[in-house]
Amino acid sequence: MNEVVLEVKNLTAAYQKNTVLRDVNFQVEAGSLTGIVGPNGAGKSTLIKTMLALHPVLSGEVHFFGSTYKKMKKRIGYVPQRGSVDWDFPTIALDVVMMGLYGQIGWLRRPTKTHQRMAFEALDKMGMADYANRQISQLSGGQQQRVFLARALVQNADIYFMDEPLAGVDAATERAIMKILDELKAAGKTVMVVHHDLQTVADYFDHVLFLNRTVIKHGKTNDVYTEDNIATTYGGSIRLIGGRIGNVVHPVKQ
Amino acid sequence: MWSILLNSNTQWVLLSTAILGIAAGTIGSLAYWKRQSLMSDALAHAALPGVIIAFLLFKVKHLFVLITGAAISAVIGAFFIQGIRSSTRIKEDTAMGMILSIFYGFGIMLLTIANRTSGNQSGLNNFILGQSASMVQSDVWTMSILAILVVSIVVIGFKEWKIYLFDRQFASGLGLPLKGMDVVYTILLVTTIVVGIQAVGVILIAALLIIPAVSARYWTHSFQTMVIISALFGGASGTIGTLISAIGNGWPTGPFIVVLAASFFIISLIFGKEKGILVQYWQMKHHKKQEIIQSIPTSVLKKEVQ
Repeated sequence: MNEVVLEVKNLTAAYQKNTVLRDVNFQVEAGSLTGIVGPNGAGKSTLIKTMLALHPVLSGEVHFFGSTYKKMKKRIGYVPQRGSVDWDFPTIALDVVMMGLYGQIGWLRRPTKTHQRMAFEALDKMGMADYANRQISQLSGGQQQRVFLARALVQNADIYFMDEPLAGVDAATERAIMKILDELKAAGKTVMVVHHDLQTVADYFDHVLFLNRTVIKHGKTNDVYTEDNIATTYGGSIRLIGGRIGNVVHPVKQ
Repeated sequence: MWSILLNSNTQWVLLSTAILGIAAGTIGSLAYWKRQSLMSDALAHAALPGVIIAFLLFKVKHLFVLITGAAISAVIGAFFIQGIRSSTRIKEDTAMGMILSIFYGFGIMLLTIANRTSGNQSGLNNFILGQSASMVQSDVWTMSILAILVVSIVVIGFKEWKIYLFDRQFASGLGLPLKGMDVVYTILLVTTIVVGIQAVGVILIAALLIIPAVSARYWTHSFQTMVIISALFGGASGTIGTLISAIGNGWPTGPFIVVLAASFFIISLIFGKEKGILVQYWQMKHHKKQEIIQSIPTSVLKKEVQ
């Protein structure tokens, strides 16, 4: 087994009086590409936000590279849900990507030509070179997602968290994003992705984390991605279409 | 008219309202993207009781004393709004509406008392609609220095403010102290409001924060340019409004400043190059023409078939 880069122990988190996550435990090893799956309201986004100190921890611990989030912040990259920002904000794609470099540029300093080039290269890698100077409100959903990913890339982090990067994007963007995720993995980076499409889980990820308020199952995709585990997580029935997982009914557990 | 302009006191007052307008336009752009335009109005109204209490306590009309009182009162108002929003089921807009009117009502009540008790007719009424003519040299200095300070803080941390406004979650991941920036932002907003209340008045100062920012939105797709244009609109409104008020001898300043800001807005709304009414109309017309030209062959064809 590779080095453990993320360890979550007895993590509990809540919104007001509703406990969203209870007693979450898991370990992630370096170089793994993990899909986090579970029904709506299972706490997938909350899990990521809680680990990244964007949401308060009720109890439990999160360790990155054997240390705390605060100390390891620079080695952690985050791609929030596309809908979490106002795309009407007056700025261009290149500028958004540049935000990923703010840590490197240093506070209260102006970005240099080198930083601009780095940001442009990241956009180019995402197939967005032609859109570098485009106003972000004029980009399609898929293009906005690519800009977000480019911004994470320039951070050059060691572990990445991505919240539904494949939600509502076209096939070309989905391929482009998956290509980058595979490259990150090949470069020894660790990636955790909130994912909603059960059809593609087995193709895209080498590890799966089933989540529904707590960890239902976590492990190598080949071992744990079974109908039983899916049914337990989603609490509903599944139908098989041509030997593949087709339709899932998933009431939210209270 | 020219004799007024040549008066050195008038010149100083004009300069200080110009700087105030620039500060208001700058902070107003931040407030616009923080979706807190209305908050500035609530804070301005909440500042009134502080002005009167400071006067009643210290019996001086020194601007620095009065605006310190105003700032404390506005911050208390902000805490109330925050408290109501987070601990009750009342939504933020309702909380702001409540605090705005309650504090303002309380302020007017105190003002009546102050006017009755202190014989010198205090001149506190000027804080309601603004009276730049009542400003003395020391007021001009207090106002200008504070306003320049506000603008400098925004300029120095411009890239930090930008990500703070655009993507808080990502900013937090980069290690920006969001809570600290919230505090600094509120201090900047409150400072801009309180330095402006003597010249513009508590009722209308919010307009100087809100209107230049929305007007600037019609001219650019860059945040930096938006802030600059907004500052220019604010500065121009402040200067010209004060000038008109000075010529009128005793006319309140606030209303003129706001009317000027509003004219800039109307010009922007109509002629603005980004989604201004005229530009949109032309684009639509052009587009329609293109569509018609493209559809001619098929319609001709259809007729022949019939």
